[in-house]
Amino acid sequence: MKISVDWLREHLDGEYSVADVVATLNRIGHEVEGVENPAEKLAGFRVARVLTAERHPQADKLQVLTVDTGDGGAPLTVVCGAPNARAGLIGVLGLPGAVVPVNGMELKVAAVRGVESNGMMCSTRELELGDDHDGIIELPADAPVGMAFAEYHGADDPVIDISITPNRQDCMGVRGIARDLAAAGLGTLKPLDVPRIAGEGAPTIEIRTDDVEGCPAFYGRTISGITNGTAPEWMRRRLEAVGQRSISALVDISNYVMFDLGRPSHIYDRAKLTGALVARRARDGETVSALNGKEYALADTMTVLADDSGVHDIAGIMGGEDSGCSAATTDVLVEIAYFTPERIALTGQALALTSDARSRFERGVDPAFLDDATAIVTAHILAICGGTPSAVVRAGTPPTDAKTVDYDPSLAASLGGIAIPADRQQAILGALGFSVTEQGDRWHVAVPSWRRDVDGAPDIVEEVTRITGFDAIASVPLPRADGVAKPTATPEQRLERRLRRTAASAGFDEAVTWSFISESDAAPFGGGAWSLANPISEDLKVMRPSLLPGLLSAAQRNQNRGADGIRLFEIGRRYLPDAEYPTLALLMAGDKRARGWQTGKAAPFDAFDAKAAALTLLDAAGAPADRLQVMEAVTGGSIWHPGQSATLRLGPKAVLAEFGALHPSLTRAFDIDGPVMAVQIFLDAIPAKRSSGPVRAAFTPPALQSVRRDFAFLAPTGLTAADLVRAIRGADKANIVDARLFDRFAGQGVPDGQVSLAVEVELQPVEKSFNDAELKAIADKVVAAAAKMGAVLRG
Amino acid sequence: MSEIEAIRAQLLADIDAASDAGAIEALRVAALGKAGSITALLKTLGAMTPEDRQAKGPEIHALREAVTAALGARKAAMEAAALDVRLAAETIDMSLPTDTPPRGSIHPVSQVMDELAEIFADMGFAVATGPEIEDDWRNFTALNIPETHPARAMHDTFYFPDTDADGRAMLLRTHTSPVQIRTMMNQEPPIRIIAPGRVYRSDSDATHTPMFHQVEGLVIDRGIHMGHLKWTLETFLKAYFERDDIVLRLRPSYFPFTEPSAEVDVGYKQEKGRRIVGGHGDDDGHAWMELLGSGMVNRRVIANCGLDPDEWQGFAFGVGVDRLAMLKYGMDDLRAFFDGDLRWLSHYGFGALSVPTLSGGISA
Repeated sequence: MKISVDWLREHLDGEYSVADVVATLNRIGHEVEGVENPAEKLAGFRVARVLTAERHPQADKLQVLTVDTGDGGAPLTVVCGAPNARAGLIGVLGLPGAVVPVNGMELKVAAVRGVESNGMMCSTRELELGDDHDGIIELPADAPVGMAFAEYHGADDPVIDISITPNRQDCMGVRGIARDLAAAGLGTLKPLDVPRIAGEGAPTIEIRTDDVEGCPAFYGRTISGITNGTAPEWMRRRLEAVGQRSISALVDISNYVMFDLGRPSHIYDRAKLTGALVARRARDGETVSALNGKEYALADTMTVLADDSGVHDIAGIMGGEDSGCSAATTDVLVEIAYFTPERIALTGQALALTSDARSRFERGVDPAFLDDATAIVTAHILAICGGTPSAVVRAGTPPTDAKTVDYDPSLAASLGGIAIPADRQQAILGALGFSVTEQGDRWHVAVPSWRRDVDGAPDIVEEVTRITGFDAIASVPLPRADGVAKPTATPEQRLERRLRRTAASAGFDEAVTWSFISESDAAPFGGGAWSLANPISEDLKVMRPSLLPGLLSAAQRNQNRGADGIRLFEIGRRYLPDAEYPTLALLMAGDKRARGWQTGKAAPFDAFDAKAAALTLLDAAGAPADRLQVMEAVTGGSIWHPGQSATLRLGPKAVLAEFGALHPSLTRAFDIDGPVMAVQIFLDAIPAKRSSGPVRAAFTPPALQSVRRDFAFLAPTGLTAADLVRAIRGADKANIVDARLFDRFAGQGVPDGQVSLAVEVELQPVEKSFNDAELKAIADKVVAAAAKMGAVLRG
Repeated sequence: MSEIEAIRAQLLADIDAASDAGAIEALRVAALGKAGSITALLKTLGAMTPEDRQAKGPEIHALREAVTAALGARKAAMEAAALDVRLAAETIDMSLPTDTPPRGSIHPVSQVMDELAEIFADMGFAVATGPEIEDDWRNFTALNIPETHPARAMHDTFYFPDTDADGRAMLLRTHTSPVQIRTMMNQEPPIRIIAPGRVYRSDSDATHTPMFHQVEGLVIDRGIHMGHLKWTLETFLKAYFERDDIVLRLRPSYFPFTEPSAEVDVGYKQEKGRRIVGGHGDDDGHAWMELLGSGMVNRRVIANCGLDPDEWQGFAFGVGVDRLAMLKYGMDDLRAFFDGDLRWLSHYGFGALSVPTLSGGISA
């Protein structure tokens, strides 16, 4: 909300500067977003008299003027194109160096068709004071030549833009802000002058409220015989200063009272109403053309004001076009109503219609200010437009029940952190309109009718502390537990941190990608279980079922930027119908190794890079590496290369990770060149390590050296390396400590349908070295175990 | 010159002159072989008288040792020379580049969250989390944001068409504050937590993205007041920015879930187009910048969570994690945080081993 200092002085006496006002507002909870002085825009423009006007020798439509600038110097030559420029005219001259407000152009001495021009005579549009551009400004004959135009125009009135918090409807008018400033010690609040206007006779129209829930009170009066001209200059100037265009006397009066006192009103052209004007619920299917020129479809949850012919006003939000006032208006109905805030809010939301009236009504206007507001609006109309007022009719009753809050003044310190003497607290509350009744240590604080936001002791604490100023809050350390700070991270948090740093140390860059993706990107992953009702765009519509689409999009962008080797990972959630699951996804695309003088051509990633990454991460996560089984992929569809992907599981159901090459149709859909390897690790599936404290199991390195033996087998191609190795490892658990596949060969010398697999077996003697018979026995067990799997020792 | 001396002189000269390993071997055989000249001399010792043997023996043995040593030395010298030649031939350009393993990096948001966890752990705060798909009761109603509050309007909040089992509308949490509600409902006070995480608002321009990160702080205990809030924020920001000259300005404000409420400004100065946090905002060349929202938890919120507001009170605050990262590390475009651009990640990201610790520094 904007206020001007001149307007503020209407309500606040005293010596204060703009800087004082700004500092105080910020201190007491009204954040100042900016201060602008329109006079600054008019610097360099002054009142000047045209002495002579001659035709320009080179141009028919231009004149050459001599202009008296009032500074006692020689008259200036100014070239001007305005038809009304003539000798004797007093207007506004822009001097070299001045910046024309409308276009930001700086004026310079310049030749116009061969005649030097030393300035510019201005139109109202050029100075952003109106739309007139047909001629230059003509000031009255008594305008003092030489005066700065800003001063003459009364523009030297700084405008302060304040962010009013939504709880403070009372400060959505200049007077409310003045009251807060006075309470904070800046100036004195002037008494509000409320005229007494009895009026004559009943209004010329019946008014009533049939919807006491939405419109508990509807006060009104008619005024006849008015003239709807223009509002007086002082009123227009104030409205324009805060960004309100002057429209007509009646509209300006209604706006003025709203910005002055935070009190919206509505003025109808009486001649356009037929029958009674009634506050009622809209009927489904009813429509209204609002003052903004748009048509709105209404619903029966909305309160409207309507007569026999239809709806004239969306209650508390916007008037109708049909019954608005025009220059021809002679009789009016003034409406001062109280609308239920919640209903205004819901109606405004449903219609997506904002207005200054709505923002006040939905926050709750002062329910005790209907009579006074009626009188003030009437007085302005009578003073400006003339006319004869009727008596006031009061339909319904506004909710003015008095509110009292029990308050213990020691709360200022024990909640607000500032010890404020009781008498000072009382003074602050008094200045804000509260009244205090003491009852021992407890106070009963009566809340003023305009403070709908205050209903508990903490609100009172806020009032006394904010007016005192939060600078008075002294820092007090939180009590600290004895000793060194205890660890706080949960097992899940430790797991995430560990995996994040493991992935980074394995060469992957961590990305953070959108939680929502497009439906088409989600589709290959089973689609999004959660789809937004109001997405910001189709690209950000469904919650991701996997982190891979986001990484694929990022990889594609990087490829477009010329990246060769892309290693990305993300730790985040995937969103499934029942819950959100912590997940790590990792992706490799492009070159694994750039071309090099030692290594030759660039090398691509392969599925075993993905497997290595998955195992590294699972090992860091503390998953039992020796119990992991490689099994076929589960996320079906077209995500994975059917022959180059797998899962790592602990048993058939516990899938810890998926890895491998992505399906070419998927990477093509994301516009990525070349094969892409990926890993998904399902963090929630990793079993928590049982904590056994810091002590490790006892261990002494064996005294005897281990023995290695190699075995080569012919195996059917269907036998996986992992199954063979596992079988061999289990052949003699007492002596075999490890088995490792070191060669795999198919082709010449190996029968079709078979593959040669070579395994190194490590044997560990415990008390004495193996003798030949023992070694032979172990070897036989190895061969027998392999044979069970269909593998035959090569001769 | 005696005969022995003559043999010695001749042999040593021959050894010295030998040009290759073959010549050395030939000389060895000629001198020390079965039919060698020195072997022949040694054989004469047996036929000598004891007196002669006494006189000649040492001389002949000395000859044998001298020749053996000379042969060995010459052979070693020749091998060393050959090695030198070979090594000289193996010279390569040691300025040739090495393979550089990929570096990998931690995203600034993760790093800053780790920094926050470290700082707040020292003040006794645990890290709490909650779902991002929330219900409107925990995101709004329980936080004393009534149905008619502007933040509930469609243009700020992402909604789902779904409702939960209790008929509550489902949405993407607009702040991390629902974690306050979850914590207070599930945990007995005293409570000290921070809750970092993703939040969502239907908003997008140069300084707003529809998804961003927030961290919430919550303390619920007996006798907690605004002074504790101010100390906590000062202590946290001094530790985070690693500066002792952090000055805060608390301004009264309004949030439905706190009462009293304060917006917190921090003093800064503009240096080379960047905001450098520190100093008093009213000092020369300085200004204030809004950084946090905070306040004493509203009694209604405490009661909504089933706690007795006459017994328990406390404070809460919230701040943007991305914003904290930008202020400390100097990024100027929020959108780049979510683009995954490898160039940006490697420039602004952190090494895997740069773990923030209190002893090693928060900005490790």
